Amino acid sequence: MLRKNLGIAAILLFTLTGCSSKCVDSKPTINVWHWMTDRDSAFQELAAKYETLTGVKVNFELYAPSDAYSQKIRAAAQGVNLPDIFGILGEKRDFGSFIRAGHILDLTPYMEANDSAWKNRFFSKALAVNEFGAGNSYGIKTGVYGVPIDIMTIQMVYNKKLFKLLGLNPAQPPRTFQEFIDIGKKIKDAGMQGLVSGWGEVWMVDCFANNYAFNIMGKEKVLATIRGQVPYTDPDWIKVLYLFKQMKESGVLANGVVTMINKSAEQLFANEKAVFAFNGSWCVNVYKGMNPGLEYGAMLPPEVPGRYPIAIWGGAGSSFMVNARSKNKEEAVKFLNWLTDQDQQAYLSKVTNNLPANKNSLSKIPEILAQFSRGMDYATHPNVWGVSEFSAVIEAWDRGLQSIIIGEKTPEQVASDVQKVKDREMAKKRAQ
Amino acid sequence: MKFKDTLENYIFVAPAVAIFSIFYIIPFIWVFQLGMFEWDGISFTKTFIGLANFKEIFMQDRSWWQAMWNATYITLIALTLQNILAFMLAWACDREIRMKNFYRVVFFIPPVLSEVVVGMVWRFIINDIDGANIINRMFAGIGLPHLMHNWLSDPQTALTTVALVHCWKGFGWGFLIFLAGLQTIPRELYEAARVDGANAWQSFKKITIPLMIPVVVVVAILTVLGTMQVFVLIVSLVGGEFAGHTSVPVLRILASMRGSSRFGYACAQGITFGMVLVAISFIQYRFSKKSR
Repeated sequence: MLRKNLGIAAILLFTLTGCSSKCVDSKPTINVWHWMTDRDSAFQELAAKYETLTGVKVNFELYAPSDAYSQKIRAAAQGVNLPDIFGILGEKRDFGSFIRAGHILDLTPYMEANDSAWKNRFFSKALAVNEFGAGNSYGIKTGVYGVPIDIMTIQMVYNKKLFKLLGLNPAQPPRTFQEFIDIGKKIKDAGMQGLVSGWGEVWMVDCFANNYAFNIMGKEKVLATIRGQVPYTDPDWIKVLYLFKQMKESGVLANGVVTMINKSAEQLFANEKAVFAFNGSWCVNVYKGMNPGLEYGAMLPPEVPGRYPIAIWGGAGSSFMVNARSKNKEEAVKFLNWLTDQDQQAYLSKVTNNLPANKNSLSKIPEILAQFSRGMDYATHPNVWGVSEFSAVIEAWDRGLQSIIIGEKTPEQVASDVQKVKDREMAKKRAQ
Repeated sequence: MKFKDTLENYIFVAPAVAIFSIFYIIPFIWVFQLGMFEWDGISFTKTFIGLANFKEIFMQDRSWWQAMWNATYITLIALTLQNILAFMLAWACDREIRMKNFYRVVFFIPPVLSEVVVGMVWRFIINDIDGANIINRMFAGIGLPHLMHNWLSDPQTALTTVALVHCWKGFGWGFLIFLAGLQTIPRELYEAARVDGANAWQSFKKITIPLMIPVVVVVAILTVLGTMQVFVLIVSLVGGEFAGHTSVPVLRILASMRGSSRFGYACAQGITFGMVLVAISFIQYRFSKKSR
């Protein structure tokens, strides 16, 4: 009996001492959920490097595609089991909801420590997407709530070889909308396909229209419209809608662009079947994978001459947030700080062909990426406007754009339809 | 003794009742309950709004009813074209024809393929710019160039094209069920009819059709339930709702959840849609009972 008891005591002793020594020595494991298939191997590589440097294990888990990822994050938020680091793929409104529910750590104190050393390393427009300014309409405390990993701009690209075939100068892409429309006629005559883009996934057509809304009426009027102070039936908005009619009629749009998904558009452009594409800077990596020999250049959407410059969507491409309820949040913040340091950002940029969020890592990027990065001067993003349009209005607007392209509705009809939805949503909001 | 028997019976059915309650009844009640809240799917707080979401669906949401009509249109094509085709092929394979086992396998291939794959393959077959444009080339080849068309990007033809691809994908299920039903009809009935002087058409009308009605009802209900919920095929064929022309209820529910972050409204749409499906199935069932 004594022998048996001694045996049990010995086992317990070994177990407890073994565990306690392990518990004291072990470093936490940081769990990161992400959706970036093209960056996964680079992240794994960096995680291994970080573990070697600090002993902290970082576990990157990939959940793709982005739609599935987005659902997973929402489900995890409801179950209060979000990982230490995650991303939010959605509108600023959703970002605000996550913060209000206490899921996201306010990073402002970390960003502003040591004379804002961390904050200052980023492009201001990249950080702006993750910031909530004073008096924002979402009711969120002023601060920085996310860390940009890379930046992106959504611009146009053109095929230099097809430009030559059309008798155009590949060093001089169209600068004005009229020049662009004139090329449309040449494209039509040559039997080629013009602009391809994922306009079937409506957000890209929305983005294109938004560029011209800024160009035609300026930021203040666009934001005033969102606030309900200017109607969509205003002549400037109708002018924006007319651009789509003009594009359709000139032949500058590829057949079926209205039902095209962006992956198909990327394949068409990479396979030299389309003269123009409207795409984000992530396309550099995509085109490289599909056709390494593709000769193309990036350009701003050709502007309508007037008082205001063209604007493009840009800023943070992908951002990570820290789980405010995580017991490893301090370690998570340290890791993100390291991940956005110059060397790591340069490595990510080199391996994945994305623009770095750290402005000090821009020195050795390829020319085509540099062209995209120059677009940052014109960049804006709905997430930095401080106000959001009603989803129903955005949907009506996007559907309307598609209707104009397929010749189903006139710009005036679309403007009127959109304004009706806007009035309805405003009335609903007032009633709440 | 009687109490013991009753208790025993309850114990036997308890697991099934528990599973059904946990996985069907409770979620249904929960979804209905969520349908009465304004909720973004993220916050822990929800605002009770009573039946306002349902009122909005019925009184204001034109997109929803357009989506319902689109799904009904696809369903009508599936109910007629797809099921007639399935029935005819099953009838043919039920007879003594050569290679009938081969046909059975071939007809069952489309239903087992993923909807995404089917959508992408047909997009490739149909589309001119990012596809092989096979259909249009075929029209040109047989001297009908005026029929060449941008099938998926024209609002006049997009939904019908989707419906036809859906029929191609779905007829195999109906084929299998019809074939199984045909094989249960006693051969003696046909022989007796032949002895009595009935021709093939009379045998079909007087024996095959009446005895197949229960099977037809099952296939019709499955077709309605399956087709009304179609959406993956639409996304892979036309990229989404295409200015509302290919919008269907499930895509609307997804748009409410993901696009607008209106989870409460999406739940209300889900309940409305579910009730419509239940009502259709019930009507079909009553109709079949009457016709029997």
